[in-house]
Amino acid sequence: MDLLYSIFIDPFVQMATAPDLLAQTLWEGLVGGMLYALIALGFVLIFKASGVFNFAQGIMVVFAALTLIGLHKLLVQNGVSNATAAAYLALLLTIGVMFVLAFAVERLVLRPLVNQPDIILFMATFGLTYFLIGFGELVFGGDPKIMITEDLRLPTGAITYKALGGLLSLQRLDIAAAVIAAIMVTTMAVFFSKTRIGRALRAVADSHKAALSVGISLEQIWVIVWFASGLVALVTGIMWGARSDVSFALEVIALKALPVLILGGFTSIPGAIVGGLIIGIGEKLAEFYWGPLIGGGTDSWFAYVLALVFLLFWPHGLFGEKIIERV
Amino acid sequence: MLYREAGQFKTSYLADQAIFPIRQDRIGMAVIIAGAYLLTLTQNDFLLNAMMIPFLIFTLAAIGLNLLTGYTGLLSLGTGAFMGVGAYACYKLTSLFPDVNVLVWVVASGFFAALVGVIFGVPSLRIKGFYLAIATLAAQFFLEWCFIRVPWLYNYNVSGAIEVPTRTLFGIPVTGPTATAQTRYLIVLTIVAVMTWLASNLVHGRIGRMWMAVRDMDIAAELIGIRPLPTKLLAFAISSFYCGVSGALMVFLWYGGAEATVFNINQSFNVLFMIIIGGLGSLIGSYLGAALIFILPIVLRFVPPRLGLDIQAATVEHVTFMIVGALIIFFLIVEPHGLARLWQIAKQKLRVWPFPY
Amino acid sequence: MDVKRLIWRGAIAAALGLAPLVTTARAQDIYVPLLTYRTGPFANSGIPIANGMHDYLIMLNERDGGIGGVKLNIEECETGYDTKKGVECWEAVKGKNPAVVNPYSTGITLQLIPKAAVDKVPILSMAYGLSASAVGEKFPWIFNPPATYWDGLSIVFKYIGEKEGGLEKLKGKTIGFIFLESGYGREPLPLLHQFAKEYGFTVKEYSVAAKEMQDQSGQWLAVRRDRPAWMIMWGWGAMNPTAVKRASENGYPMDRFIGIWWSGSDDDARAGGQAAKGYLSLNINGLGTDYPALQDIKKYVVDKGKSQVEKDKFGEAFYNRGVYNSVIVAEAIRNAQKVTGKKVVIGEDVRRGLESLRISEAQWKELGLPGFASPITNLSCADHNGHHAAYVQQWDGTKWVKVSDWITPMKDKVRPLLEEAADDYVKKNTGWPKRSEACDKST
Repeated sequence: MDLLYSIFIDPFVQMATAPDLLAQTLWEGLVGGMLYALIALGFVLIFKASGVFNFAQGIMVVFAALTLIGLHKLLVQNGVSNATAAAYLALLLTIGVMFVLAFAVERLVLRPLVNQPDIILFMATFGLTYFLIGFGELVFGGDPKIMITEDLRLPTGAITYKALGGLLSLQRLDIAAAVIAAIMVTTMAVFFSKTRIGRALRAVADSHKAALSVGISLEQIWVIVWFASGLVALVTGIMWGARSDVSFALEVIALKALPVLILGGFTSIPGAIVGGLIIGIGEKLAEFYWGPLIGGGTDSWFAYVLALVFLLFWPHGLFGEKIIERV
Repeated sequence: MLYREAGQFKTSYLADQAIFPIRQDRIGMAVIIAGAYLLTLTQNDFLLNAMMIPFLIFTLAAIGLNLLTGYTGLLSLGTGAFMGVGAYACYKLTSLFPDVNVLVWVVASGFFAALVGVIFGVPSLRIKGFYLAIATLAAQFFLEWCFIRVPWLYNYNVSGAIEVPTRTLFGIPVTGPTATAQTRYLIVLTIVAVMTWLASNLVHGRIGRMWMAVRDMDIAAELIGIRPLPTKLLAFAISSFYCGVSGALMVFLWYGGAEATVFNINQSFNVLFMIIIGGLGSLIGSYLGAALIFILPIVLRFVPPRLGLDIQAATVEHVTFMIVGALIIFFLIVEPHGLARLWQIAKQKLRVWPFPY
Repeated sequence: MDVKRLIWRGAIAAALGLAPLVTTARAQDIYVPLLTYRTGPFANSGIPIANGMHDYLIMLNERDGGIGGVKLNIEECETGYDTKKGVECWEAVKGKNPAVVNPYSTGITLQLIPKAAVDKVPILSMAYGLSASAVGEKFPWIFNPPATYWDGLSIVFKYIGEKEGGLEKLKGKTIGFIFLESGYGREPLPLLHQFAKEYGFTVKEYSVAAKEMQDQSGQWLAVRRDRPAWMIMWGWGAMNPTAVKRASENGYPMDRFIGIWWSGSDDDARAGGQAAKGYLSLNINGLGTDYPALQDIKKYVVDKGKSQVEKDKFGEAFYNRGVYNSVIVAEAIRNAQKVTGKKVVIGEDVRRGLESLRISEAQWKELGLPGFASPITNLSCADHNGHHAAYVQQWDGTKWVKVSDWITPMKDKVRPLLEEAADDYVKKNTGWPKRSEACDKST
């Protein structure tokens, strides 16, 4: 009876008696969810255009962030006196690096592997991951770096105000992260649904052959989506890096995008957002209100089990394309 | 010239169904097995402890996953956790019943892994492809959490790790610190060889054909009278059995003790990559893949000192990562169907050698 | 046919690689392998330690020509904090007569403990690893000075008691414990619960899984709800800086947040910046570069470009931790030379050297490290740890500052637990060898 009480009644009593904490939990979940959505977006873009499940997205996040910090340091050392100017110059250069990366990946990895089964391409991105880990550590070293939050003029500190009978504290950085993530996601969604390139992308996603036959350049599309997901990786890297620090441990956050993808469907940009929010808020609520019952630490698996439960009812995710099988 | 099957006639159905229909293959196999057993004579502990034993253990896990992913077409990312189930089951069994020989428990622990595998395999009827991977991913993370959170599993050790007691077979220690590398290698080799042989019979028989039918198209398989759920669950069970045994071997005959982190997601990915690079749906591929992913980095690490280059250990590690990554992509471009396919091609070429056609 | 040529080249390179598996160290050197990790997710904690360990030993070579006139052959083996590679390193070095092995990972240590006695190589797990291995009768080959995790926890409580005006004042209060979800993080729990019973406070546990360590927002929300009077942290790698950041964001008073010595690197607190001001952590070694020995390292190693340390990270808490580790190694070797009368010592000799190791306050001064660490006075055949003192340091926004005296652990509370754990280990590992190694009297 006690157990039932503590599972079904007590958490809700807590929610009702301390609405400020509930609001805070929801907020943290929202921010976490937007950040997960951002990572998931990187996956979705590439998956839509080339059917590649890009295992390297996590390391691209780390790589982008490290490049930004490394370039910034280099610029400051070489006489760019204004730190903010250096930061934005470094940002531009990093975008350039991500473009070069996208181009190289298309040339050296994707093009020779065109028309191979999905799992082979998946494996190739694993090779890419290995390569980038080695390369990144060789160039930047394995020690952690601090994100250049102030130089990028990202807001810091917190807004606190009394509400709901308690204290609500919103990190300015988190607000910025949520807003930037929202803008990023919307831009991408609009870009890929309204523009010419977006239409070409969807054509490629439908069928490589058909797209080629109407004169769409596959190579170009691939470079564009890898570049776009490189940009997403850069933004993700800045945001997550500012929330803790930039080190190779950051790579594992890519795993968190998996349940988000599953939940939202591999091919849907809105799905990535909705999935991200459900996972983000769900896992924070679970950890906060139900976690203590089993000793906490539920956030390591809750997202996956939640996704599994959803899958039993929507086997292709919430927004995924239904696959019709014929014999 | 040497590898030619001319003059070898099959006079019975039995001969036609043999695993190695060509005499040279049989001889080659015998030589490889004999060679593998002869390695026991080496005194080089590094070769056995750090290369051969882990290589064989990973091969076993790769075979297990290959049965599921390569033969039945079900993608699994829970290999590490299933290996963990085997290891923890073996640890519990041998500490509860210390009088029964540990090798019995090593094999028996596979059944526990199989049971857990079946439970997490149930959603496979409804979910497919990458979506199925999430079900196994849930297994991975949930089980990993259990390995830390259920102290009963590690006998309430303060260190939170499982430690391997010394157990003997015919008076010779086979587990624990006093067991020699040679003994352990011999046991691992025997278990892996026998289980490979079993797997080979399995995939060549009725069950293997059912699996492949389901892999190629499960709806069509259903129409010709193969029940998908039992077939898929059987694949999960047998695959997890192999992984479980391999996990138990890993802790008992290689590591000699383990923390839960040993069975983390990286382990699962590693085994998956072994079978992809080795060749999906190929037993020889499991061996080649394990060799490439596990042994190659170790060998690479020894190249710079050999060439007389004085490079920092960390730099060697970074470069090793880069080379392994580049090699994976290279192999995929050269032969997307894995090393097993390269092996096939080599055999074909050898057949007509020295003439090109 | 490029492909073919490439494959051949690869094969030749592989063959070249295989050949040197059996190499022997030059007999006139003392071989000191260092298992380090400059790669992987825990590299942020591993790099400064690796630098410190490496540089001190190199300095001895450069300045004194080694120890007792014998050069040290120093070789790093990269583990990436991965048990698999750790075991591989062990196999690679054990045949070359290593003086001592430092695994620098609790997971690797656990795996090597049974192997040490068989391969006759002592393991020095300095203030980490299996706490129970402090019991020398059961683990003659394992050493974990200067203190165990349980000692660390008792020191934390002594400090808390000092601040609260007596540990009895904790009655009815809550103490939070945030830890990395692993054997290392869970180890203090038994003692923590014992303290809770004794002093009447409640314990709240917040576990952080390794792959969630860069988020932690759920855990710190819970901290906000539970409002513990003190927070104790057992963290490692990227978990530390994130925890410090989250604590400050959630408005937790930083001067009531105290980490173990492995949660006290400069990088850990620096990520939190000014907001991390006040964060406390234990430390077992001195800070800064104002020691003659460190100046020697600078002169002989760093300035000559023989070190990988970045100039501004020289002398940081974890760099000095590495130096401390190497001091123990070096002094154990010196002591082994004295005990055995040999010049080129190997594992078996160094084991004896470690068992009777003494570094008095005067000796620390002689080494050029006055007051750098608590004098090593308690090592014996029975006690491989010594339960030496540690102090509390505080982050002032830019650097660590020592804020307490050297605090000795509550040995009376810790030792029985250790004995019990060691007995338990031996009982569960049937066939655990009885100690056969003779005991040297320390001088």
